[in-house]
Amino acid sequence: MSQKFRLENGGLINRDKKLSFKFNGKTYYGYEGDTLASALIANGVHLIGRSFKYHRPRGFFGAGVDEPYAIVQLYRNNETEPNIKATEQELFEGLEAKSVNCWPSVNFDIGAINNFLKIFLPAGFYYKTFMWPKSFWYRVYEPFIRKAAGLGVASTKHDKERYEHKYEYCDLLIAGSGPSGLASAYAAAKNGARVILAEDKPRFGGSLLTSDVNIGNQSGEDWANSIISELKEMPNVVVKNRSQVFGYYDHNMLVMSEKVSDHLPKTKKHHPKQRLWYIRAKEVLISSGSIERPLVFGNNDTPGVMLSSAAKEYLKVYGVLVGKNPLVFTNNDSGYETAIEFKKNGVNPIILDSRVNPQSEIIDEAINLGIKIKFSHVVVAAQGYKKVSSADIAKISDDKKQLGTIENIKCDCICVSGFWTPTIHLASQSGNKTKFKEEIDAFVPGTSKQKETTLGAANGIFTLEETLKDSFIAGQDLSKKITNNDNKISFPNVVEKKSSQHDKFWCVPLPKGKSYKRFLDFQNDVAVSDIEIALKEGYRSIEHVKRYTTLGMATDQGKTSNLNGLQLVSDIENKVVPAVGHTTFRPPYTPISIGAIVGREVGKHSKPTRKSPMHSWHEKNNAVFVDAGVWLRPRYYKQGSETLFEASKREAKNVRTNVGVCDVTTLGKIDIKGPDAAELLNRVYTNAWLKLPVGKARYGVMLREDGIVMDDGTTTRISENHYHMTTTTAQAANVLSHLEYYLQLVWPELNVNVVSTTEQWAGAAIAGPKSRKLLEKLFPNNDVSNEGLPFMGYMESELFGVKARIFRISFSGELAYEVNVESDNGLFMWEKIIELGQELQVQPYGTEALSTLRIEMGHVAGSELDGRTISYDTSLEGLISKKKDFIGKRSLNREAFTSSDRQKIVGVVPLDKKTSIPEGSHLVKDAQAPLPNKKLGHISASCWSVEHDNPFSLAILKDGKNMIGEKLFVMSPLKNKVIPVEIVSSHYVDPKGERVRS
Amino acid sequence: MLHIKCPHCGMRSQNEFSYGGDASVKRPELNKEISDEEWDNFVYNRKSLRGKHLELWQHLFGCRQWIKVERDTATHEIFNTYKADEEIT
Ligand SMILES: [Zn+2]
Repeated sequence: MSQKFRLENGGLINRDKKLSFKFNGKTYYGYEGDTLASALIANGVHLIGRSFKYHRPRGFFGAGVDEPYAIVQLYRNNETEPNIKATEQELFEGLEAKSVNCWPSVNFDIGAINNFLKIFLPAGFYYKTFMWPKSFWYRVYEPFIRKAAGLGVASTKHDKERYEHKYEYCDLLIAGSGPSGLASAYAAAKNGARVILAEDKPRFGGSLLTSDVNIGNQSGEDWANSIISELKEMPNVVVKNRSQVFGYYDHNMLVMSEKVSDHLPKTKKHHPKQRLWYIRAKEVLISSGSIERPLVFGNNDTPGVMLSSAAKEYLKVYGVLVGKNPLVFTNNDSGYETAIEFKKNGVNPIILDSRVNPQSEIIDEAINLGIKIKFSHVVVAAQGYKKVSSADIAKISDDKKQLGTIENIKCDCICVSGFWTPTIHLASQSGNKTKFKEEIDAFVPGTSKQKETTLGAANGIFTLEETLKDSFIAGQDLSKKITNNDNKISFPNVVEKKSSQHDKFWCVPLPKGKSYKRFLDFQNDVAVSDIEIALKEGYRSIEHVKRYTTLGMATDQGKTSNLNGLQLVSDIENKVVPAVGHTTFRPPYTPISIGAIVGREVGKHSKPTRKSPMHSWHEKNNAVFVDAGVWLRPRYYKQGSETLFEASKREAKNVRTNVGVCDVTTLGKIDIKGPDAAELLNRVYTNAWLKLPVGKARYGVMLREDGIVMDDGTTTRISENHYHMTTTTAQAANVLSHLEYYLQLVWPELNVNVVSTTEQWAGAAIAGPKSRKLLEKLFPNNDVSNEGLPFMGYMESELFGVKARIFRISFSGELAYEVNVESDNGLFMWEKIIELGQELQVQPYGTEALSTLRIEMGHVAGSELDGRTISYDTSLEGLISKKKDFIGKRSLNREAFTSSDRQKIVGVVPLDKKTSIPEGSHLVKDAQAPLPNKKLGHISASCWSVEHDNPFSLAILKDGKNMIGEKLFVMSPLKNKVIPVEIVSSHYVDPKGERVRS
Repeated sequence: MLHIKCPHCGMRSQNEFSYGGDASVKRPELNKEISDEEWDNFVYNRKSLRGKHLELWQHLFGCRQWIKVERDTATHEIFNTYKADEEIT
């Protein structure tokens, strides 16, 4: 297919490289350097999609980030991506794109019925239409909206692309490479400042690429290219294209999204698709330019109606005509520049200027070129359904209220210019108090809150000379403050044409008897009538009007819609625009892909994986692992075709009958040293610590200041001023911070040092009636008898030449020990235990068996110490010292904590001794009671008791103390279970604790 | 993301720190008889100021020191940072 709208010459595209691409299944050709939009327009394709609400035909409106319509679904390298602007997507060989918002197709669209049923879709239609009846929501409304609306479909496949994050610091971050960005970057770079210059488009230069100006002896474009080449050579400058600074956050941190590979058919190996830059800048220069403002008239959303600046860009950058019979409708001189470009390329435009008798150099040039101009004329309505075919035009009275006779003229596009809106999004995000500038009818940045300066068109300065002057000075001054260098740059001579004042007129009145839709927000289908309804219904705050009508929402973020919307509200309300104010600009300025936000923190990279030194042994011996915080721990060791249930039962049973060994390296360990160490422990734990002898361990419970149990564990006195504290795996980091808080801030007078040694020690728990026999084999030179190493005793020894610490502590309720060696020797220790334990039938056991053993013992863990329980609830009140004060003690006399029917831990056994009890189930008195059934407590942990061979659970139960022997029901609506149970003591095994002392 | 000057390590990103609340709160002395009200004020009641606020942060992924930060809760401006035992001026 031929590119009928491509000029013979011109543009910045590479005509030597022809590319083929597909749109809605049809093959077209374009050139390297095209965007999808410019290539489609070159092929005469203007119907791109359907609008969001009314499903009206949609074409192109802009040529870049400002595009509200031309959003497509992109297919690249077997992946699909929604929400891609055709005006930003660079063409590559084999690109495929499809329309969105069209069902079943772009040419026949069922949703367009909305257009004829628009009575149902006024302002706030989501709030009104779909409200009633309630039952219709799931069955009718939601499926309808989901199918008919939306900006594309997200892929459900795993995204195989790689996204990177980068952290960078610089002296000056400059957002935008138009004249102000280039001039300020150049001046700052010459002063030796570290500069990052970011441009969202592939080409640098901004407006210089399309305007007819001279700087020095060069054209604007050549000047831009020479500055960029020089900057690229400088070691203190980073120049980035395809990079959008989209967010301005606190303390001068900005985030930029760099599209590294989106313009290529496929991401190169070892390259990311996109890269997110977190940039901390000493100074920020915002040179983001301005976006042309639309004019509002009937059917101004018809394909073929577009911004005049976009038409000029398609011409000058891509060598593409948006039409061969163009109408230019303008209220300022910018429209003339576009018309002149058309004329120079052999096309005859007609200019409609709303102004009465404007005079300027540009207008003179247009007249001299023989361009037909109609002053005091406006477009009343565009005609044509899928593409503009003609325009109804009329003379307008000087007060802009009366239309003259309507005349229809043929045209194939309407290029509109309603003057310019500075892009103040970044400045506003930074906290800048923006102000309204009357001369340009727009907001510009005002007082800065952070270190930012806005330059050029973004600051409402529309002449090149003033822009360059301001920018050179800003770049120079700001960099001088940082580097103390003062390189003077000679200011180049600028040639540009002078413009005349724009017309404040922006909205064409409706002719009598006509009800054309006049759109304000093209992306969200918000028309003048919608705003009028919203105001009639009492909405006043611009923030409310925005949400009610969806004006300026979604990816548009007010880029093209903002000011005309405000203008309308202020007109109706009889206020001035600054009194109405603008809605808050929020980051991101443009859509950012989820992949870029996540970066490389996906899958296994989302958190570190910690493995114990014995991990390789576990792997070799068929361990099935489970995540325990960031650790990987063996859950059970699978033998043959065993299930989790069978294996954990076998492992737990072996501990009760023979001896088992468990990897407990993950337990938190804190080394505590100093003359006041005992005093610290005495204040942190609820029980007494001052008299613990050297070589002894003690179990302790620590509280938060509000009386809730924080953690438990044993602490051992290694020597006079040296203690070894253990914490639960989950709370290890919090306990260390907790100790540091008290030592540094509350009791700095205590002479104590704490440091985490979790990773320094490998730990093995050896538990079971035969554990002492195994210990004798491991440490033949030590007296490990009940007298030599009693319960809660500690000794240091050597395990075949390796330094070891032996603690006689038990989590399982059996006679048990814990051996620690330096991490490097962990595997050696483990293998020795397995080797020497063979004849004692030693077996490794995992976390599942570990849980079973502690549950049937009634030993509390994380599921009981859940941040809601106090010592009494978990039967740890015996460890509360009456004699001393400690953290959280003063909270324990709170009324709720001392009530007589306070919750307490109990054991739960099903009456049939068979049915397993789901964790998290509720305990109730009467299973038949009407809902909501009063909950008496909940099941915190469940296991299959290997001692009794029946299910057993722990529960936190109201008035648990007096409930032993009661019959209750366990209810689990989730599992649809009701189980009659008996409440028993939480100590289901060895209630007197004889085994641990044996 | 805030940029916080640790008095021990220098300027660091917020993600190296953890927040510790109002720095003006003083824990009552151990073993001292105090009213329920005083205790509740220590454990629960905070002013939740808008504006200048002296607060605790811990340089968790750095020197692990608890520090005091004078920050505007509305604008995030940080006026000064202090070591735990430093005199506040
Ligand atoms: Zn630090």
